[in-house]
Amino acid sequence: MTDVAWQVERVSFRHPGASRDAVRDVTCKLAGGGVTAILGPNGAGKSTFVRLLIGLAAPTSGIVQFHGRSLGSWTRGTIAREIGFVPQGEESVFPMSVREVVAMGRYPHLGPWRAETEEDRRLVRHALEDVDAFPFADRPFSTLSGGEQQRVRIARALAQHGSALVLDEPTAGLDVRHEIELFALLRGLASYGRTVVLVTHNLSLASRLADRVLLFSEGELVAHGDTAAVLTGERLTRVYGWPIDVVRHPGPGEEAGRPLVVPRLTAPVEAPRP
Amino acid sequence: MITTASLVRRYLLLTLLLGLSAMLAVRVGAVGLSLSDIIAAIRGTADSATRTIVVGLRIPRVVLAALCGAALAISGATYQALLRNTLAEPYILGVSSGAALGAVAATVFGLDRLSPWIIPAFAFAGALAAIVLVLRVALVAGRVLDRRTLLLAGVVVGAFCNAAVLLFLTFADAESFRSAVFWMMGSLAGATWQHVLLLAVPLVIASVVLFGFARSLNLLAVGEPTAAALGVPVERVKYLCFALASVLAAAAVAVSGVIGFVGLIIPHAVRLMWGSNYRQLLPSAALLGAIFLVAADAAARTVAAPTELPIGVLTALVGVPVFVVLLRRRDD
Repeated sequence: MTDVAWQVERVSFRHPGASRDAVRDVTCKLAGGGVTAILGPNGAGKSTFVRLLIGLAAPTSGIVQFHGRSLGSWTRGTIAREIGFVPQGEESVFPMSVREVVAMGRYPHLGPWRAETEEDRRLVRHALEDVDAFPFADRPFSTLSGGEQQRVRIARALAQHGSALVLDEPTAGLDVRHEIELFALLRGLASYGRTVVLVTHNLSLASRLADRVLLFSEGELVAHGDTAAVLTGERLTRVYGWPIDVVRHPGPGEEAGRPLVVPRLTAPVEAPRP
Repeated sequence: MITTASLVRRYLLLTLLLGLSAMLAVRVGAVGLSLSDIIAAIRGTADSATRTIVVGLRIPRVVLAALCGAALAISGATYQALLRNTLAEPYILGVSSGAALGAVAATVFGLDRLSPWIIPAFAFAGALAAIVLVLRVALVAGRVLDRRTLLLAGVVVGAFCNAAVLLFLTFADAESFRSAVFWMMGSLAGATWQHVLLLAVPLVIASVVLFGFARSLNLLAVGEPTAAALGVPVERVKYLCFALASVLAAAAVAVSGVIGFVGLIIPHAVRLMWGSNYRQLLPSAALLGAIFLVAADAAARTVAAPTELPIGVLTALVGVPVFVVLLRRRDD
């Protein structure tokens, strides 16, 4: 897929009462299909940018289009039918079964008084299978491990049945294995034609698994495009204010030659502070 | 997994239980009645004294108890999702304090002698005024309906109303004092068909609409960003559901005084038995709340007869142990 999913034109966003823009004058195109990673230091505007992408925040100026139509003219329901979203850190106050959590993804497709149809239940089942969560579908959500819970949230976003999937730091708090498994799951979903966009702090995994990256710094999009082209040691060092080397992965297999991000352990005296 | 068949079975069972407890509740009281007396009274073939007791006193009282229980349970369940707080209940945003202030003011100034509708009217107005005040205070403090700000505003407005109630009571004569305090403890004595109608209309409208928003409430309980991302028009839904839950609570308080505990415990009992999905929780809680309050009122009339116990005392005395048992079962 090479069509454009999102087109972002001169978009700025400022929180009410703030003295500076959280996102400043961003222009970019996000291609459909594949995995796009949004990178940048804390407070760089990544999460705000994600909120703009799914219409949870309206740009202070500029325009965000999804498949050629401005998000500003969409209802929340229409957006939810097009774009699945996995937010950062959520916790239900009441106990829910895994299946009930995933069934919530059907919300934008159901009228107020309408009962779920066989089709809804089928899509919920498929979503559970897609993330390998079907075996524990009837367990209470709160009894799952962090990695399992995250997979179930992804299943909920898949049940929305949109063409794109947006995730805000989906691997925060997960151990190495679960983090890599989750990335692999997202890669798999992208290989079936879904557009996957995620925010992450894991530079080394993003550099090896993302097709494209957007690199943010202080609200500005400093670079975007092909992962290997954007992620250079000099650029990352400048953006993160910490010396970072980018080497080529020694292999084996498909990873060979992909960029590998390695932060240094000590900063030289002349390291620029952010 | 809850199947449609098991859901139908559950609703049938609860409806049957409601019917049984209602029948029992009509039979017991100062004058014990047999089933045939009741049927005769409804068909109009009984003597006029029995007819008055059954059709004029007992049945409206039992029906009002059922409606109050349903209204309080639905209101409490809705507040719990909107405020994302397991301790939320129908009176948490000052509805009861506002209603008490209205009712006590009417009593102390002797207005209640003008018409039997003065107290319900003042209580209802007081409850709605308290809710509007809470929303105003919350809006001053924050931009949107933030649940923490709302809770704080509810506590503040409730405290203010309670202080005003105490102030009024300080200057009340003994008779007004006694009737005001009894009103605040909640009672279904004096229930009439007009009371029933007064509560039935808002109850039917609010429960139908809130059932339509059951899935939205599920999502709001998870979190507002999630709800918005999944397509819920968050602010609109919150305002509407707050309004409906508050009107339900206000209408229930207006006709029955402050009956605590039902709105807090019934939704939790449903959760412990059948889970938290509001599509099944709201109807189940309505039925269970109705059963609970019908039974509690029947007990309140008979346990210490001829003295009638305040129903709020009974709901707590019976409800707490039952709830503890449910909690224990959950841990096993």
